[in-house]
Amino acid sequence: MNKIMKYVIADLLRSRAVLVYAVVLLVLSFSVFNIEDNADKGVISLLNIMLFVVPLVSIVFSTVYLYNSAEFIELLVSQPLKRGMIWMSVFAGLAGALGLAFLIGVGIPIVLYAFTVSGMVLLACGVLLSLVFVSIAMWAAVRIRDKAKGIGLSMLLWLYFALLFDALVLFILFQFSDYPIENGMIAVSMLNPIDISRILILLQVDLSAMMGYTGAVFRNFFGTGWGMAITGVVLLLWLVAPMWFSLRFFDRRDL
Amino acid sequence: MITIQHISKRFGNFQVLRDVSLNLRGGQCVALIGPNGSGKTTLIKAILGMVMPQSGTVLFKGESVGRQWEYRRGIGYMPQIGRYPENMTIGQVLDMMKDIRKVPEETLDRDLFEVFGLQAMLQKRMGTLSGGTRQKVSACLAFMFNPEVLILDEPTAGLDPVATELLKDKILAEKSKNRLIVITSHVLSDLDDLATEVIYMHEGRPLFHKSLETLKEETGADRLAKAIAKVMANQEMMKEVIA
Repeated sequence: MNKIMKYVIADLLRSRAVLVYAVVLLVLSFSVFNIEDNADKGVISLLNIMLFVVPLVSIVFSTVYLYNSAEFIELLVSQPLKRGMIWMSVFAGLAGALGLAFLIGVGIPIVLYAFTVSGMVLLACGVLLSLVFVSIAMWAAVRIRDKAKGIGLSMLLWLYFALLFDALVLFILFQFSDYPIENGMIAVSMLNPIDISRILILLQVDLSAMMGYTGAVFRNFFGTGWGMAITGVVLLLWLVAPMWFSLRFFDRRDL
Repeated sequence: MITIQHISKRFGNFQVLRDVSLNLRGGQCVALIGPNGSGKTTLIKAILGMVMPQSGTVLFKGESVGRQWEYRRGIGYMPQIGRYPENMTIGQVLDMMKDIRKVPEETLDRDLFEVFGLQAMLQKRMGTLSGGTRQKVSACLAFMFNPEVLILDEPTAGLDPVATELLKDKILAEKSKNRLIVITSHVLSDLDDLATEVIYMHEGRPLFHKSLETLKEETGADRLAKAIAKVMANQEMMKEVIA
């Protein structure tokens, strides 16, 4: 497993795209913290950038990489290697490279400027989000043979999680604003890993007071140990489930 | 060494393999021939576990290969179109394969590596190679680990005449070591000196599986190409008679 992971990471670093991603994150984070004098404000600004950029880069880059390394994977499958192991190694390589790029790009400025609980939560959420979207990309790439369609699907998935989902939630919120749907909103927010991360971080920076009654309900749920545990499990589920489905599919796929 | 039992494979609506059963023994050089799209490559990929048949099993030394992977240690495979990561150099690809197979350096078969002169090209990236050089790398990899079974899918396509002769010499040398060699090719003259058995695939079915000698005797032809032409002509006649 380590061997293939090593080759995947070496291959990723050779393409330099991951390096550029890390540098861009680094520049963005440093400029954000230099503009905002307050650490928490900096974290909020960074949060909005991160929730937009990290899923997009993770899912699109991974899908493109998976289609481009179809030959590599085909070559490996004809060798005495377990299929599941090949697929897991490719995932580990991609997740490792993108997670590391995020840790360097955002981690260094956070440690320097905002070494707080909110900063750490932001860092943890960012790494988890990277992994979640690599996992979703693996699923999209294994289900669809055609490269153009596959990349299209991954972009659509990103659009859904980053924009459409929120629009949908807002729509529901206004339609049912006469009813007590705050608890329901917690359940709905679990359907989107980006939303989970956003709520987790916002609650850490005491901005929940601005969110009115819903904020209080969120605080009641996410603020407790149980709430945090459930949220963590749901995020992990978002990471494991797409990967598991893709693994099962890859095991039976014709190459 | 390899037994194929009632394999059927369908891609969408296209039935590629129809109930194929074959028995391939060691020490033979089997020529797998047939028109384009007759299922030769799919059959090979089913043996390698790259294509999952809808029904039937492949036995390697008496054991089913379904979802197994260890057995591929004993197979050297040269694909029809060798596709490698564009960014890697020839040296890196060779190193990676050695790394995967974990075979001690001194037991490696480096004959083809030397006769093809790959040493001088170790630093070249796979993406910049010509089709023929890529074939040379594929051939080198297939033979490198002394496999008991060699599966060569169109090995001479794209190779220059000198390299073709070198590869044929190597195949003959391996044949004498009691290995099973499966070759598909459209260049029947290449197969004349190599093959001991002939399998003719037609529309996903093996039409016949005979030793080369029997085939030549039955048709009275001295070359494989002529023998096949005669068999085909007979078949056309049969079809006309039935119609």
